[in-house]
Amino acid sequence: MKVVKMKRIGLTGDSAVAFAAKQANVDVISAYPITPQTIIVEVLSEFVHNGELDAAFIPVESEHSALSAAVGASLAGARVFTATASQGLALMYEILYIAASLRAPIVMALGNRAFSAPINIHCSHDDAYAARDTGWIQLFSENPQEAYDLTLQAFKIAEDKRVLLPTIVNLDGFIVTHCFEGLDVFEDDEVPNFLPPREPVYQIDPDNPITYGPLAFFDYYMEIKRQQAEAIKNSYPVIKEVLNEFSKFSGRTYTPIKTYGMEDAEVAIVVLGSTAGTARYVAKELRKEGKKVGVVSLVVYRPFPVDELVDILKSVKVAAVLDRSYSFGSPGGQLYMDISAALYNESERPLLFNVIYGLGGRDMTISNLKSIFEKALEYAEKGKIEKKELWVGVRE
Amino acid sequence: MSKKLKNWKEIPIAGLITEPASSWNYKTGNWRALKPILDQSKCIKCLLCWVYCPEPAVRRHEDNSVEIDYDFCKGCGICASECPVKAITMVPEGGE
Repeated sequence: MKVVKMKRIGLTGDSAVAFAAKQANVDVISAYPITPQTIIVEVLSEFVHNGELDAAFIPVESEHSALSAAVGASLAGARVFTATASQGLALMYEILYIAASLRAPIVMALGNRAFSAPINIHCSHDDAYAARDTGWIQLFSENPQEAYDLTLQAFKIAEDKRVLLPTIVNLDGFIVTHCFEGLDVFEDDEVPNFLPPREPVYQIDPDNPITYGPLAFFDYYMEIKRQQAEAIKNSYPVIKEVLNEFSKFSGRTYTPIKTYGMEDAEVAIVVLGSTAGTARYVAKELRKEGKKVGVVSLVVYRPFPVDELVDILKSVKVAAVLDRSYSFGSPGGQLYMDISAALYNESERPLLFNVIYGLGGRDMTISNLKSIFEKALEYAEKGKIEKKELWVGVRE
Repeated sequence: MSKKLKNWKEIPIAGLITEPASSWNYKTGNWRALKPILDQSKCIKCLLCWVYCPEPAVRRHEDNSVEIDYDFCKGCGICASECPVKAITMVPEGGE
C-alpha cells in the first residue's frame, strides 16, 4: 500500500481547522470572527493575504451575512468554508435552514461555546444542539487532530453528489480550539488524492438558467421537505464510506461511533466532544478494579446513528447520557432525548439517566466522571434509576 | 392547476426550477376574488392600466387597445383604480 506523506507539526485546534481548509483548497471563505473560533478566521485571512491560498476572503459585517454569502458562493459551485460559535450561530439561524434546504454543501467549523446570558466564552454544546434540527450534518471532534481530520472529511461528505448537505465540524471551545498539540498533517500535494476539487451539480450558470429558492406553497412544500428528510438519512452510508476511506488513507481509524469497553460493559457513559477522552481514561482505571464500564461517543451526531447506537447500548444495564447543555422545560437534555427516543421501541434496552455537566466551561474532572460511573453501577445493582437528572460539578 | 402534481421522488433537489420561464406554467388567475371587466367602448387607449399592472396581466395590442389576461390577473384592482375614464370595473369572481 502507498504510504501517504505526512509531517508532524504543532497546532491549536483552531489553527488545525484553518490548515485543513487551506489544504482543501477552498475557493471562498465568508466568515466573521467570534471567540473561540476567531483564530480560524484570522489564520485563513493570513493564508489568503500571503498568497498561500488562492481564495476569495469575504470579511462580512455579521454572521447572518457570513452564511448568506457562503450559500450564494456554494450554489455558484465554489468550495466554501465558514466558522462560527455560540451567538454567531444564533445570528445565522434562519440561514442555517436555508443552506440545508437549498442543498448548499458548505463546511462550517463550530467552536462550541455557551449561549448568553450571562455572557460566557467557554464551552457548552448549546450551539451544536441549536443546529440539530436545521438539516446540517454534524460531526464532533475530540482533539485538534480529529478537528483537522474531520474538516477534510466534511468537505468530501458535504460535496458528495449523493449528499449535497452543509456540514458542521464541532470542536469544544478552548478545550479543543485553543489546545496546542502535535498533529500528523498531510503534505499539501497528498490532500487532493483524498479530496479532489468539487464537481458541482446544478451550478448557477447564466447560460443554463435555473432558479434556486422559489416559492412553494401547499402544492409542493411538503414534497420538498419529504425529499430533504430522505437526503439526510441517505447521507449516513456515504458518511461511513468517507470515514472508512479516510481511515485507509491516513492510517487513523474513524467510525461514526467510538466505543470503549462495550464488549462486556454493564454500564456506559454516552458523550459528545472532548469529554469522551477523559471518560475513557476513567473507564480504563475502573476496569482495572474489575468494574464493567464502557464509553460511547458520537463522531456523527446528525444524522443520528440510531440503529448502531441501539446495537451498542441495548445489552447494558444502565447508560448515563451526558449533556453539556440544558433544554429548558424539556423532558431532559438534548442527547438524552435523542437516545431515549432511539431506544424506546426496543424490547431489550438499558435504564437511562441524564447528566448535565460542564456548562460555560466548568471543568469535567476525573472525579466527576468516576462519580457518574459509580452512580450508574449503583443504579444497575438496584435495577432502578433513583434520580433521572443529575447535575455534576455544580454547587448544590 | 389542472396538471398532475409530482411526488417527492419526481422533483429536482432543493425545490429548484431547472426550466427557464416556467412561471408561464404557473397560472395565478385562480387567486382572484375580484375580476376586472373592461368596457372596450369607454377605453381611450391611454395604456395607464398596461403601465400600472404589477403582474403584468394587461396585454397590449398593435393599435394600443388592451385586454386582460385572466390566466395571470390576481384581481388587485389597480387598473380599475387608475383608469381615468372608469372603463374597468371590479366584480366578484363568478358573479359577472
